[in-house]
Formats: sequence, structure tokens, C-alpha cells
Amino acid sequence: MKKPINVSNQGATLDTSRRNFLKLSGIGIAVAGLTLVGCDDDDFVYNDNKIFDLGMGDVGVLNYAYALEQLEADFYTKVVNSFYAGISTVEKEVLTDLYHHEVIHRDFFKAAITGATNNVLPTLEFQYPNVNFNDRNSVLATAKALEDTGVAAYNAAGKYITNPTYLVLAGKIVSVEARHASAIRDLINPLTAAFSGDDVVNPTTGLDVAKEPKDVIAAAGGFIKTPFTWKERGIN
Amino acid sequence: MNILKLLDKLSDDSFFTKQTSRLDNLSDITSFGKKAAVAAIPLGLGSFMATSAKAETTTIDPTTMKSALTDALQLALTLEYLEDEYYAKGLAKPNLIPSSDRVVFQQISKHETAHVSFLKATLTSLNVTPIAKPTFDFTVNGAFAPMDDYQQFLILAQAFEDTGVRAYKGQAGNVMSNKDVLQAALQIHSVEARHASMVRRMRSNKGWIELASGGSGSGAMPPATNAVYAGEDVTMQAGFNTATAFGAAAGSAAYDEVLTTAEATAIATLFID
Repeated sequence: MKKPINVSNQGATLDTSRRNFLKLSGIGIAVAGLTLVGCDDDDFVYNDNKIFDLGMGDVGVLNYAYALEQLEADFYTKVVNSFYAGISTVEKEVLTDLYHHEVIHRDFFKAAITGATNNVLPTLEFQYPNVNFNDRNSVLATAKALEDTGVAAYNAAGKYITNPTYLVLAGKIVSVEARHASAIRDLINPLTAAFSGDDVVNPTTGLDVAKEPKDVIAAAGGFIKTPFTWKERGIN
Repeated sequence: MNILKLLDKLSDDSFFTKQTSRLDNLSDITSFGKKAAVAAIPLGLGSFMATSAKAETTTIDPTTMKSALTDALQLALTLEYLEDEYYAKGLAKPNLIPSSDRVVFQQISKHETAHVSFLKATLTSLNVTPIAKPTFDFTVNGAFAPMDDYQQFLILAQAFEDTGVRAYKGQAGNVMSNKDVLQAALQIHSVEARHASMVRRMRSNKGWIELASGGSGSGAMPPATNAVYAGEDVTMQAGFNTATAFGAAAGSAAYDEVLTTAEATAIATLFID
């Protein structure tokens, strides 16, 4: 049976190889139920408290999409587990569908990335400090922000994808996010231009927002508790 | 610089290592104006000319720069011409669109007009002559009366927008060689999806496509539009079963499918005289 040893980098020297493990000084080690006598090296699993990097090339982009889908799935799960007071039938149906779609997207990315690499983004933790899940305005405003952000993120990330198959898959998802965004915006301001407002669609060019990964993470980062980096895209 | 020297330069790999662009932002392309960029290297070629940054006059024959990428843009332009004219006509027709719904179609119309301009400017910058606007027959030889019957106007609007989403998606592979064009295409594609969602919901449908159905109940779509929704019911995405979690309707709705060039062209052609 594997005995987990949690190794913290706090104050550690640089040599972290397993062979020299016992020679390292200043490492905090938490070991459960261990006696040194009779322990085999192979019994240990090392959990390094390093920050996850999304990776290089297409893997990085897929992990990025996975991160955003995790956020949306997490948000809508909370929404449907406790619908806000006074929710209408239409709103319930819309938010339930969004919950379904984002969970499917999330699980899809997990499966796709797992099949492609060992560098799979772990399950992130999220926080919603300024969201009142019992308030319609708060929930819809947050949903709007998340959907618009998703659209903008995919629109800018497409150019970083090299595999045409992945590009098409991302394309199949982004249009659904845009359908979501449109619906939420219309729930907030029915039968106005809001569904495709000038705040997201440039009135001169007719182009939707595209936001670079750095800017997306800066905007959405407030919801994400678990830190990660994407060094290739300048997110450290 | 003549075409032979240009092609010689293009075959030099070092020209592909640096992505340059004469414009910081592709959206500035419309500021080229009516007399587009005579004294400047077109955007697409400029990005190849990594080592010669200054503008040059060119005498390249517009037909020689045709490619899968520019063909994709011409298809997109055709669909945008169609939508642009459709909404302009609808908004101009007295007593067709109820006042409660006009704002929505004015916004959609504004975008389609902008898309036409944008795509024409993009093609011009790639030194390809944009195709001329076709003559459209939105009645399809009398099968429809969208300019007389608002419900039919809505039906075709939904069909056009859902087609647009799938058509752009089908061209992604053809435009991915030019990062600026790809991004712009994605940015138009998501707008069409916003439109589609809105029109669908105005017809009491969901904003997304479940199974291969255009809609149900009062939101149903006529059989003539089946081609717009054919294939939308897939529930396998890259080996992942999207129906497992919540059923086939949700699984299929979570993804929009492509239309091939031929499929998109066939749909558009129905409305071209």
C-alpha cells in the first residue's frame, strides 16, 4: 500500500531526488502511520506542492478550456442545487440546460486531455465571494460574465491550436457558449439589443470580443482559488 | 515586385517564422476605405514578408491569390450578403416586424451589414476580388412568403442564423493558416450564434439545438429546412459519449456541428435566383 508523503518546498534545498530525500534539510514532512524500519522506497507517493502549469502547445489550450469549463460547471451546479427565489419556469429550464452543457463540456475535456497527455489539470477549487446565489440579479449577472468570458476566451485561443481536429472541437463548443450568453443577456434585458449588445459585439465590424488568456485569467481569476500557471501564454 | 519574385520569397522558410501584420488590429481593416490599399502589401501577404517590412506596390493578378482560405471567405461573404439583404428587406417592409421585435432585428441587421463590409475588406486585403452580391429569392420560387408573413420571416431567420453558425464552423480548418483571419472568423461565428439563440427563443424554442430538430411545437421548423439541422444529433465527440450524463438531447445540444462547404453552399443556393 502506498504511503503518501507530502513534501513542502518551503525552505528546501534544490536537490529533491528520491535518492537524496533523507539528506534534505528544512523540509516539512507529514507522514501518516510510518515507521522507518522496514519501509521500502516504492511504498511512497510524493505529492509536491508545486503549482500546475497548463502546458505547451495544444495541451495548454485544452487545459485552459478545461479550467474555464470547470468554473462554469461548478457555478451552475451551485445554481441548480439551490435555485434563487422567484425563479421562473423559463429561467429554471435555461439554467438547468446550461448546467447540463457545462458539465458535459468539462467531462469531455477531462477525457480528451487524459487521452492526450499526463499533464492533466487537476480539479480546481472555486470561490464566489460577491455572488448571492439566492438573488436573481446576482446569479444572472455572474452567468452573463462567465458565458461572455468563455466566448472571448475561445475566440482568442483558437489561433493557438495547431491540430485542426482540436480547433473544430473548440469551435463546436464556443458557439454553444455564445448561444448561452445570448439567452442569459436576454433574460436580463428581454427583447432588447442586449443579447448581442454593443458592449460585446463591435458595432462597426460586427466582431464579438476576443480576449487573450492573460486577460481572461485576470478577469476570471477572482473565482479560481487553486493557482495555476500557463507560462507559454505569459500567465505566471 | 513581380509574381515570380514574390513566389520565390514565399518558398523561403524564413518568411514564415515571423508573424507580421500591417495592421495592429484586423478590425481596422474597414478604415482602408473604398480605394483599398493600392500602395500597400495586402494583409495576408504582409504576414509572409517578415524580413521586408515596408510597403510596396504590387501588380499581382487578383485571381492568382485564390486559395482554400479565400474561398472560405467568399462563402462566408455569400451568406452575409444573404442575411444582410434579408433583414434590410424585412425591416423595410411596412407592418411585417412587430414594433416589440424591431430592436432585435435592427441589431442583427447592423451586424450583418458590418460583416459584409468586413469580409469584403479582408478579401481585398488578400488581393482577391470579393464576389458580387447575388440576386436572392427569399420566397424560393413561391414556397415561402417571409416578407408577408412574420411567422415565416422568423422561420427563415432562424434557418439562416443556425446555418451561418454551422457554415463558419465548417471553414475553420480552411482559414487556420492565417491567424488574423481565423480569429476574425471565430469572432463573427460567435455573433451568428448569439443571433441564432435569440431568434430561436423568440419562436419559443430553446436557444440551442437539441437532437436534429429545428424546434418543436409553435417553434417547429418546416421540412424544407431539414438540411440546416441534419447531423446535429450526434452524441459522440472525439470518442466521448456526450449523452451519458444527461441524455441525448442535452448531449447533442452541448455541441454545434459543422456544415461542409458543399452543404452550406447547397442551402445558400436555395435562395439565390
